[in-house]
Amino acid sequence: MTAATTLHSRHLLGIADLEPPEIELVLETALAMKEIGTRPIKKVPTLRGRTIINLFFEPSTRTRMSFELAEKRLSADTLGMTTSGSSAAKGETLADTARTLEAMAPDMIVMRHGASGAPHQLARICRASIINAGDGMHEHPTQALLDALTMLERKRRLAGLQVAIIGDLVHSRVLRSNVLLLTRMGAKVRACGPATLVPPGLDRLGVQVTTSIDAALDGADVVMMLRVQHERMSGLFLPSVREYFTFFGLTPARLERAAPDVIVMHPGPMNRGVEIDSAVADGPWSVILDQVANGVAVRMAVLYLLAGGEAEA
Amino acid sequence: MAIVMDADRMSRTLARIAHEILERHRGLDGLALIGIRARGVPIAARLAGQLRALTGTDVPTGTLDITLYRDDLMRHAVGPQPVIRRTEINFSIDDRLILLVDDVLYTGRTIRAALDALIDFGRPRAIQLVVLVDRGHRELPIRADYVGRNIPTSRQQSVQVRLTEIDGRDEVEVEG
Repeated sequence: MTAATTLHSRHLLGIADLEPPEIELVLETALAMKEIGTRPIKKVPTLRGRTIINLFFEPSTRTRMSFELAEKRLSADTLGMTTSGSSAAKGETLADTARTLEAMAPDMIVMRHGASGAPHQLARICRASIINAGDGMHEHPTQALLDALTMLERKRRLAGLQVAIIGDLVHSRVLRSNVLLLTRMGAKVRACGPATLVPPGLDRLGVQVTTSIDAALDGADVVMMLRVQHERMSGLFLPSVREYFTFFGLTPARLERAAPDVIVMHPGPMNRGVEIDSAVADGPWSVILDQVANGVAVRMAVLYLLAGGEAEA
Repeated sequence: MAIVMDADRMSRTLARIAHEILERHRGLDGLALIGIRARGVPIAARLAGQLRALTGTDVPTGTLDITLYRDDLMRHAVGPQPVIRRTEINFSIDDRLILLVDDVLYTGRTIRAALDALIDFGRPRAIQLVVLVDRGHRELPIRADYVGRNIPTSRQQSVQVRLTEIDGRDEVEVEG
C-alpha cells in the first residue's frame, strides 16, 4: 500500500473519514515528527503565525497538554478555553460560541465536547480546520492514531495483529476510533466487557465480541484496557468495582494467555485496581508511557497535514 | 535536453571533492557530513566512503529533512503539504565542522532552511557547503565551499541530478 501524500479533508473529525493511505500518511509523518522531541531545541518554525484555539468543554489533562505541546513544537500561537469560567458555563450555545471564535479568525480549532457530533457542527460554521479531540461517545481520532503508532513501533505492522480491547465499551470513543482504524488497516479486533457495557451492533463493525476476558486475551498481540467511565454512567451498569476487577481486571496471571511478546496499552487515566492491576500497569508489557510520547508526535503530524489546506481534486 | 555529467564524470567529481576536503581538513578531526534529503543523502554517503577509503577514518554522517523550515511552506493557503521524511543526526554537532551536502545549489533557499535547522541541533564550529552542481541564480547571500561543477543555466531550465541509489543511474541533465 502506498501512503497518500495529502489528506482529502481539511478537518479531522473522525477515523471514519480517513482512507487507509491517509492513515499511513499520518503515521509516517508522526514518525518523522518524533525526532523533533529528541533535539536540544524541540521546536520547528513550521506553523509560525498560525493561530490555534483549544476548546475543551470536558475535563482533559493529557489530551489538552499533548495538543498544546504539539502546537508549541510547531511554533503556532495557541490559546485555550476550558468550560469553567467560559461563556459556555454562562449558557451560550455551541453555535454562538463557534461564531464568536470565527470572528477571531483562528486557523485551527481543537475541540473536545461531551456531545457526539459537536465538532461536526463547528466544522459547518467555522472556516478554521477542526480537529476532534474527543466528542461524547463517538470518536477520538488522535487517540486511535497514537495507539496505532505505538503498535506499529512495537510490532512493525498493523495488518494481522490480534488486538483485544477490554473494558467499558459502550461509553468509549477510544474503542470506536480504534475499531475503525484497526479494522481498516487489517488488524483483528476482539472487544470484551460486561454485557451491560457492550453497545448493540458492535459485531457489525467487524469485531469479535465476547464477555470472557480469557477468550479475549487468548493469543492476543496487543491488549488495550479501557477506563471504567464512572462519570458517564447514569444507570446501574456494574454491581461493584471489586466484582468488575474480579471478572475484567487485567492481572499478570491472566496476561499469560496472551502472546509471549504482548504489549499492554491504556489511553489513561488509569483506575488501578479497577480495570488494571498495578503489576501490569508498571510491568514489562506496559507501553502506556510510549503512548503519551507518541501522542505529541501524532498531533504534530495532524496539525501539519491539516495546515496545508485541501488537496486539489 | 543535455546530459552534462555522466556516471564516470560524477564519480571522478566526487573523488576530487573528497580530496579537496582532505586537503583542507587534514586528519578529518571533528568533521561530520550531513546530507540534505533527498539527493544530498547518497552524495554524503559516497563522500564518506571516499574519505574512508583514503584515510581509514569514518566520518559521522547524518541526514536532514528541511521541509519544516521551508520559507514557502505556509505561503499557499491551499494545496497539499510536502511529505516529511526523517531527520537522523545521531551525534552531537557541537564544536564540529559540518559539511552540509546537497545535489544542486540554485536560489539558496534550501540551504538557508538547512542552516536554520542545523542551528537547532547545536552550535557547530563551522558549517561548509558541498554541492554537486551550482547552477547560479542565487536569491540569498549563500555560496558553496566545494562545487562539483558550475553549470550556467537560465531560470526556465531545470537541472535533474539522478543517482543510482534513488533513480537507478548516475547522471546530471539540464532540461528545457
